[in-house]
Amino acid sequence: MLLFIVRRLLLAVPVLLGVSVLVFLILHLTPGNPALVVAGPDAPPEVVKEVEKALGLDQPLYVQYGRYLVRILHGDFGRSIRSREQVFERLRTTFPVTLTLAMVGVIFTAVVSVPLGILAAYHRNSPIDLATIFLVLTGSAMPVFAVGLILLWIFSVQLRWFPLSGFASMATLDGWWHIALPAITVSGGTIALLARLTRSSMLEVLNQEYVRTARAKGVREVLVVVRHAFRNALLPVITVIGLQFGFLLSGAVVTESIFSLPGMGRLLVQAILGRDFPIVQGAVLLAAVTFVLTNLLVDVLYATVDPRIRYE
Amino acid sequence: MSDAAGTAAARGPSLARRLRTSWHVRIGGTILGMLVLVAVLAPLITSYDPARPDVPQRFVLPSRMHVFGTDNLGRDIFSRVIYGSRVSLRIGFVSVGIAFSCGVTLGLLAGYYQALDNPIMWVMDVFLAFPGLLLAIAILGALGPSLTNAMIAVGIAATPTFVRITRSAVLRVRNREYVEACRAVGATDRRIILRHVLPNISSEVIVTTTLSMAAAILAASVLSFLGLGAQPPTPEWGAMVFVAKDYLNIAPHLAMFPILAIFVTVLGFNFLGDGLRDALDPRLYR
Repeated sequence: MLLFIVRRLLLAVPVLLGVSVLVFLILHLTPGNPALVVAGPDAPPEVVKEVEKALGLDQPLYVQYGRYLVRILHGDFGRSIRSREQVFERLRTTFPVTLTLAMVGVIFTAVVSVPLGILAAYHRNSPIDLATIFLVLTGSAMPVFAVGLILLWIFSVQLRWFPLSGFASMATLDGWWHIALPAITVSGGTIALLARLTRSSMLEVLNQEYVRTARAKGVREVLVVVRHAFRNALLPVITVIGLQFGFLLSGAVVTESIFSLPGMGRLLVQAILGRDFPIVQGAVLLAAVTFVLTNLLVDVLYATVDPRIRYE
Repeated sequence: MSDAAGTAAARGPSLARRLRTSWHVRIGGTILGMLVLVAVLAPLITSYDPARPDVPQRFVLPSRMHVFGTDNLGRDIFSRVIYGSRVSLRIGFVSVGIAFSCGVTLGLLAGYYQALDNPIMWVMDVFLAFPGLLLAIAILGALGPSLTNAMIAVGIAATPTFVRITRSAVLRVRNREYVEACRAVGATDRRIILRHVLPNISSEVIVTTTLSMAAAILAASVLSFLGLGAQPPTPEWGAMVFVAKDYLNIAPHLAMFPILAIFVTVLGFNFLGDGLRDALDPRLYR
């Protein structure tokens, strides 16, 4: 198992390096002189020259990348162009909000979609199956912002059951109150996808001979479904839950903007609109690294659940 | 010769019949047919200019004069939704066009030439390390917010999907007998790829293209909603919701109609994509 983890870690290194190259290039893909973007369009030539020097833009590209890599490995993401704050500090305060939202979203997705998928598969062509298919169709065609705005309008504006915006510590009930609607919003699309996957995965497994054998030897129906069928249908579900974590991170960008959550997604959008490149680079890098590491974790989990994976 | 012809008898009903009888294709085709019609005939359907403000007429509720009501500047929402179909179709075609041309080319190269496989797939793995919309957002971070840049960003972000699917399809057919036969008679790689490999992987590519249209329209609407895509006064559905969200309390109809338009359009492409996949997948008929 340790060998498997080490091998997967080593495989992630080149991808992470590639990610850092791409993020580094964000500033250089900008049309025009990056120093002019950083210094501002009205900056005098001598200031632009100074910025060029400070950013190392007068050096060859590979030297600039080398320096960038060394800096980020030391946790130095530079300073915000607008507020002059350390980017690392901004990420440190906003990232936990996004992570909390994504994690609550994952839990919510799993709690809703897995039982729904099992029930839909077990009662095929029943009203619950049709309701699941309807949910899947709606969820896959509805943009995240639409789900958020509809929930906001019904439950916050009309019924006033939930707060309109804001974030509180998850240690308090108030925190859960604040995160409820954003978490449902962020997981809308993934619930649809996972319910569909669980349903099809269960349908496949329920027709297997070992399920028939379990029934034939008199195992209780609940145990047949949960212990014999679901355990075998779980593998693709785990993979997708892990992958969805990354998509929840990107969905958080929209959700945080709707519910005014002080997370990294909202910070990223504001930074793009304000052309604040160091923040854009830092936030994108952190999100991508989190996604790569989550995938790594899912692979390890997958290998734990299904030992055959380790020996391939 | 294609391997498709060889197994035709085992496939059951003909492709045309499968397409005709699929209710997914029927629903999707009808929705998209209507969408194209609406986009083409927009000036005949509505007489209101989608960009012209009429401030005394702001926040008018749906009525006979304004079927979907008016927005915060008094613009006719029905007109904006109708003209928005042109923008959305353009987004779909341009973004998917970029993803298709880059993705299929790279996928063919990666699948056919083993030496190119690892470098191309490494770059794609790096792209795929950015979850969901994040790659598009990062590209917009570099290029700056605008509708054109959003289409480019969505196109680049969708490219890895095309590469992966094309590559795996090429790997499936690369060593088939008819490809080996072509090599044996001295056909050039270019001829083999374009005349023998590409036609035999077309079903995978067609399905991916249709489903990617839905994803591209959805992604671009999200970018516009964030203020990173279409800018005012372009009647793009996501951008309309971006404005409408500030008036949710007093005029929820501002957001309702563009959301409905996005939903129906994406549903149409999803239905068509699912229907095509079912019809083009011979395994379902064995």
